[in-house]
Amino acid sequence: MIGGLFRLLLVALGLVLLWQVIVWVAAPPPFILPGPLATANALINRFDLLMQNAAVTLAEILLGLVFGTLLGIAGALAVIAFAPARRWLLPLLIASQAVPVFAIAPLLVLWLGYGMASKVAMATLIIFFPVTASFLDGLRRTEGSWLDLAQTMAGTSTSARLATMRHIRIPAALPALASGLRVAAAVAPIGAVVGEWVGSGAGLGYLMLQANARMQVDLMFAALFILALIALALFYVVDAASRALIPWQDDSLPVSKE
Amino acid sequence: MIMVVAASALHSPSAPAPVGIVVHGALLAYDGVRLFDNLSFEVAPGHIACLLGPSGVGKSSLLRLIAGLTGAASGVVRGSDGVPLTGRVAYMDQRDLLLPWASALDNVLLGSRLRGETPDRARARDLLTAVGLADRMDARPKALSGGQRQRVALARTLAEDRPVILMDEPFSSLDALTRSRLQELAARLLVGKTVLLVTHDPLEALRLGDAIHVMAGRPVELGPAMAPPGLTPRDPTEPHLVQLHRGILSTLRAADAATGGQP
Repeated sequence: MIGGLFRLLLVALGLVLLWQVIVWVAAPPPFILPGPLATANALINRFDLLMQNAAVTLAEILLGLVFGTLLGIAGALAVIAFAPARRWLLPLLIASQAVPVFAIAPLLVLWLGYGMASKVAMATLIIFFPVTASFLDGLRRTEGSWLDLAQTMAGTSTSARLATMRHIRIPAALPALASGLRVAAAVAPIGAVVGEWVGSGAGLGYLMLQANARMQVDLMFAALFILALIALALFYVVDAASRALIPWQDDSLPVSKE
Repeated sequence: MIMVVAASALHSPSAPAPVGIVVHGALLAYDGVRLFDNLSFEVAPGHIACLLGPSGVGKSSLLRLIAGLTGAASGVVRGSDGVPLTGRVAYMDQRDLLLPWASALDNVLLGSRLRGETPDRARARDLLTAVGLADRMDARPKALSGGQRQRVALARTLAEDRPVILMDEPFSSLDALTRSRLQELAARLLVGKTVLLVTHDPLEALRLGDAIHVMAGRPVELGPAMAPPGLTPRDPTEPHLVQLHRGILSTLRAADAATGGQP
């Protein structure tokens, strides 16, 4: 963890250096590519403005994560529990991902308004699929010999199946769910920011559009920097939480029999 | 390290009378290849029967058939009392099959949880004590050694309190010393149960088996039962057992050739 953080800082430092070198060598006008110093300046001078908008975007992302995760878990359980649901729900799930979120963003804004609701809906839409897909995958791949063992212990009645789901299949699928959540944490900011670009009155996406229109490219870069920080922090928090809550995810399954 | 607990104390007072295993005229085919055809086979109540045979001959398939995990195309699998064995069989695999998120105690209680019964913690603790893990009850499988994990699996199997116990090479992944300790433990704790033990180790069969069968051929033929004399666990270095061992090895060699094994 500490080593990972150190490497991350080193990579970030390297990128900033590269950025500065490009600015020195190519000397682009500041409204095309501002240097790290100009960006840092904007970050400090407009800190309050940036934080206000970052708070809005963060709230959208977090709400989207909560709803998307709940919806994703419910979706996977519904698909696994009811065989008919599998036939109807699965094509629907895949169809929902075939339509690009960018394409339905204007619709969501039209229906849900310029406020946070449309952005939360967008983030939810983009999150729930990786969560459903990975959790479903985990639920389907329960170690077969565990299920055999459960069958000799409790038989094949409905109550036995439910108990097997609760005591074996769901815990066994949690590591898969966790990897879905990691993907979700990484893509959630996309949903929120796309929503803000299409139409909003606050948020980092909104701020970037405004700054762009006014040629305040340094402010745009500052907003982008904060967005990247949020995405990174989110990923690390989800990763650390899943490791703490699911300590067995790194344990290998029993050695497979020849 | 192992506390001596009388095996009988671990059986619940309502422990049923021993039930034997009867397989009659079983037919089982995979992809058109007949694994068993008209296979008949019995294990006497309260006996330990050992199945030896080349790998791939269908030993595990026979266990799955008796456990009710695969159905035979035709034929009968039932208890010696004439009633089907469904719900009266406990199964123990070569792999411990412990749930990695559950403590040793919770793993032993798995069966009762799946059946929706109130978990009998006191009995589970007694069983874990009997297999020598009194001080590791709260440990997750990852924190246990291979031998300890297989001890938990043995305790979990006994916790089922079923009259028939099927074991698929239960000790084969353990080192020699741990294996012989666990064999002694199993021989002591399995008294009164009808056990069908699949093994690839003739010495294990000689230590534990009341009857030893060699499986060979396709479809499978079961050789006549060998019954080593003496109480289990036996010492396989005794002269008459060494003689039997030699006999089993030559039967196995012939069986391997009949099943199409590599020379």
